[in-house]
Amino acid sequence: MLSVRNLAVGFQTRRGFVSAVRKLDLSLDKGEILGIVGESGSGKSVSSYALLRVLDAGGSITAGEIHYSGMDLRAISEKDMRDIRGREISMIFQNPRAALNPIRTVGSQIEDVLRRHAQASSQNAREKAIEALQAVKINDAEKRYHAYPFELSGGMCQRVVIAIALACNPQLLIADEPTTGLDITTQKAVMDLVRDLIRERGMSSILITHDLGLAAQYCDRIMVMKDGEIVEQGEPTSLFSQPSHRYTRKLVDATPREGDSIRALLPPEARTPEPARSLSTDILLDVQDLTKTYQGKSGPVQAVKGISLQIAKGQSVGLVGESGSGKSTTAEMLVRLLDPSSGSIVFNGQDIAGIAADDFARHPLRSDIQMVFQDATDSLNPRHTARQTLAEPLKRLGRLRKRELGSRIEELADLVGLPNHLLNRFPHQLSGGQKARVGIARAIALEPSLLILDEPTAALDVSIQAVVLNLLVDLRARLGMSYLFVSHDLHVVRLLCDHVVVMKGGEIVESADADSLMSNPQHPYTRELLSAAPSPPERRISARV
Amino acid sequence: MVTAITSRQCRAVLGRLAQTVPVLFGVVVISFLLTRALPGDPAAYFAGAAADADSIEQVRESLGLDKPLPQQFLIYLGDLARGDLGQSISTGQPVASDLASRLPASLELTLMALLLSCCLSIPLGVMAAMRPGSAIDHLCRVVVTAGVSLPTFFTGILLIYIFYYLLGIAPSPLGRLDFIYLEPDRITGFYLIDAAIARDWETWTGALKQLILPAITLALFTLAPIARMTRAAMLTALSSDFIRTARAAGLTERKVLFVYAFRNALLPVVTTLGMVFSFTLGANVLVEKVFAWPGIGSYAVEALVVSDYAAVQGFVLAMAVLFVLLNLCIDLLYTAIDPRIGFDAQ
Repeated sequence: MLSVRNLAVGFQTRRGFVSAVRKLDLSLDKGEILGIVGESGSGKSVSSYALLRVLDAGGSITAGEIHYSGMDLRAISEKDMRDIRGREISMIFQNPRAALNPIRTVGSQIEDVLRRHAQASSQNAREKAIEALQAVKINDAEKRYHAYPFELSGGMCQRVVIAIALACNPQLLIADEPTTGLDITTQKAVMDLVRDLIRERGMSSILITHDLGLAAQYCDRIMVMKDGEIVEQGEPTSLFSQPSHRYTRKLVDATPREGDSIRALLPPEARTPEPARSLSTDILLDVQDLTKTYQGKSGPVQAVKGISLQIAKGQSVGLVGESGSGKSTTAEMLVRLLDPSSGSIVFNGQDIAGIAADDFARHPLRSDIQMVFQDATDSLNPRHTARQTLAEPLKRLGRLRKRELGSRIEELADLVGLPNHLLNRFPHQLSGGQKARVGIARAIALEPSLLILDEPTAALDVSIQAVVLNLLVDLRARLGMSYLFVSHDLHVVRLLCDHVVVMKGGEIVESADADSLMSNPQHPYTRELLSAAPSPPERRISARV
Repeated sequence: MVTAITSRQCRAVLGRLAQTVPVLFGVVVISFLLTRALPGDPAAYFAGAAADADSIEQVRESLGLDKPLPQQFLIYLGDLARGDLGQSISTGQPVASDLASRLPASLELTLMALLLSCCLSIPLGVMAAMRPGSAIDHLCRVVVTAGVSLPTFFTGILLIYIFYYLLGIAPSPLGRLDFIYLEPDRITGFYLIDAAIARDWETWTGALKQLILPAITLALFTLAPIARMTRAAMLTALSSDFIRTARAAGLTERKVLFVYAFRNALLPVVTTLGMVFSFTLGANVLVEKVFAWPGIGSYAVEALVVSDYAAVQGFVLAMAVLFVLLNLCIDLLYTAIDPRIGFDAQ
């Protein structure tokens, strides 16, 4: 149905022509779901934009052929192409909220497509739009018809994007990271919905994702892309059991799966034995009945409803929950950036809940509780070099002077595996993984006894996530720190934590030893979280340690 | 449901107006103190060149300027509460009636200028954003730079020289209406509107002819901010994710451009428009002088030169009220454009 031969795509940039995709060959049969997997910069999204000829400014197809149902998509006019888009080939995008026009009701946006492709007249457009909303299983579709995107949740918005894409019954659906940024249970719901709709209507689909596990679960065939080229393709099970390309093997390894140790995420040659560490029974942090109430527009909103948890010295506790569960609010209160409404936070025998967040910055305990933030890019000052970023806490809280400062910074860089020559670079000159290292180095600069990690790997590619998680394991053993690891991903949390706390709606629903929680979840919500995570096929190759 | 929203909005509007009372009071105090602090003695000016110390003192007494400042202020406040803005000593008219005749003249000129300016600059900005770096983009840049770098009095005189003196197609630049026409019955104070209401199309054409040159002069000056902001806002909107969604759904380029991109770009444009309106209204005194336009800018400058306290205070207060109303209108426009902005939420 779709065949692409020798496709090359490039971008005209200020620094000259950059080739994004090279020699892409691809064929898709009717009813087939093809997965294209790759990390950021691999050219997977660009290839899909090229198929529909919706490349960003400066981008162009430089070579190759695209044939769809006997039509040459490179040769036909822009006008004919517009008829094909949405009618024959549709697309859904990542970040669904941004993918919808913020100031137009979702109903009108669906109607626009229906009427453009003559699927509805002005009389029955409304009716058809509501039908399209019902098809993507939106409750109360008649009411949602009048909603603006900002009034809907992320998962709801993605359903609307799907409704727009499928409104005119296209034959091919291209899904570009359709679940990035969505909660794991929402991801499952959205992906199941997409799969069912595709099967129901006998459509073909291309799923573009960075998540090998997700692709394996939903696709008939997977292509792995790296630096603009396809490095390997095959059926999910064979790809997982016998990855032939080095890069595929690395990706397969880095995808967390049940039962494996954290070192198994790394390529075999990097799997050093896990360092030993000492766990004590002394309580480092004791949180009792912590609450946080915000003053919302329509009355008070209770974000955290009285939670209690303990962290022992050297222990790592995982705090798991989806967006809106109150996990980030809890983390911010514990790191004393936010004042709790009530409850106590006893750290090393001292209640620090009563110290105002503003005063805590000058408190001697400040250097003992540090945080690694979610977005490595946004949490670094863009005008500070890595060296200046690391110097800040050392100067302010550590009171280090010139020579000491310089040697300590280099020591820290060594500790997190950041080459010394990168210290004089600005954040935009560093890669995602390097920025994550700077963020971690800044947090451990003062040798805190408690490190709070707020989804430190959420924005990273899996292979880099594997490296960063292992770095955290090494640092923990070396510095004897306790971790509070905040995440939405139980599989990642399990790798790093001794104890796991599951939060939902501002309350703790389950709190247990990591292994027993994974093997024998008690609360239905925990079970839901576990089953929603994509489970990659078993890897049959021996994990060479 | 519709009535519920409107009544809630009404309350929000009233609430917003109530918030401006302290601001307006501050304006009253400052304008009072500033006029008193300026050098110049209105009594000496009013008494005339031949007056001696005694007669100046007499005039001072009759103007109430011999009283201590706090007392003068209280009297001023009392007058204000009755709606009396005082008497202008230079025109001899009540300030309120002076303003009532001159403010519409300025507003008519400014609004006309902005209308012309928008008609040119918004399409220019949109076209420039559609093809950044193209010929139309460069043309846009040249036109707006030229417009903003030529002083208004220069453009004004140039236009008069060409269209009145050389070509003779424009009327003499002497105010709002040539003497051969009768002023239309005063309803709004805007000649174009009043003439249209009276169905006096001859006067309407006459008023338009007088208006067109000064309006073009002002319009050229205000092109730059509006065109630049339109271009920038359109560029941002066009690179948004939802534009790609719309294109991938096969929507026509026109729909993508106007329904999807342009409406999203409107917000910053409206903000700029509000700012441009306020500075134009205050700063068009040069254009008013060149075209002998009986506007509020020239009135204020004349009053200031002779320390005409009541007139200056009246002018400042009128402008303050005008800006408050303008900001209210812009906020209401925001809510109409963008459903995410709740009026009562601010």
